[in-house]
Amino acid sequence: MAEHQLHPDNWVDQYADYLFNYAVARVSDAEIAKDLVQETFFAGLNSAKNYKGDAAERTWLIAILKRKVIDHYRKINSKKGKAEVRINYTASSDSEGDWIEEQVADPFSQDGDNTLENEELGAAIQECISKLPRKQAMVFQMKTIQGMSTEDICNELDINPSNLWVMIHRARTALMGCLNDNWF
Amino acid sequence: MKISCEEASHICTKSQYKEASFWEILKLRLHILYCKTCEHYSKRNGTLTSLCDRAGLNVLSKEDKESMKKDLEKRL
Repeated sequence: MAEHQLHPDNWVDQYADYLFNYAVARVSDAEIAKDLVQETFFAGLNSAKNYKGDAAERTWLIAILKRKVIDHYRKINSKKGKAEVRINYTASSDSEGDWIEEQVADPFSQDGDNTLENEELGAAIQECISKLPRKQAMVFQMKTIQGMSTEDICNELDINPSNLWVMIHRARTALMGCLNDNWF
Repeated sequence: MKISCEEASHICTKSQYKEASFWEILKLRLHILYCKTCEHYSKRNGTLTSLCDRAGLNVLSKEDKESMKKDLEKRL
């Protein structure tokens, strides 16, 4: 008996957001990311018989998604490869005549580091959210990530505002504890 | 003007979403002056908010998930 088993009917609820965030960070386009997640689920179904059960379901799905992201870049690169490549001293005409020294990387810029760190942070938060009770996670995501109004959430889930605040409060307290352990 | 720690923490959570009223925030501030536990809690709550902002999290909309589920079910 394998250690892990696949439950495709839970995939969307459990992993869609996690995979989606992973994909968005890499292709920076929500539509493409969505398609990649969908393709990942399909590929997962097709190769479910090859799943040996030694990796957790999520790890396995992420591995598939990684391949999908690489394939995606191969596809767009082969299209681009046909186009002419031109290298100019300056990228835009209005900075023509400026010195090349002005174009070297800014040593004080930490953009690269930040993107990487934020991506890891996103994964850590996502991980913690997935440990919350379903309903708390849902309310927290609707409020914090989707930025929905209290009224809309209450209508959609058929709860009253004080219910909502209690759930958000519990979710936040749990998240603080979880991030304290996993992030700081 | 005095409020309990429970009320303070709820105001604190509300204020993370800018949904606490002026009076609530005033009551919370007063409470924090003498309650170290809530001061600590409200600091951590603020950190969580800024972490969530910084991480730039995304979620799929409900409709997207529903259509994904339907497509998956077709193939099951």
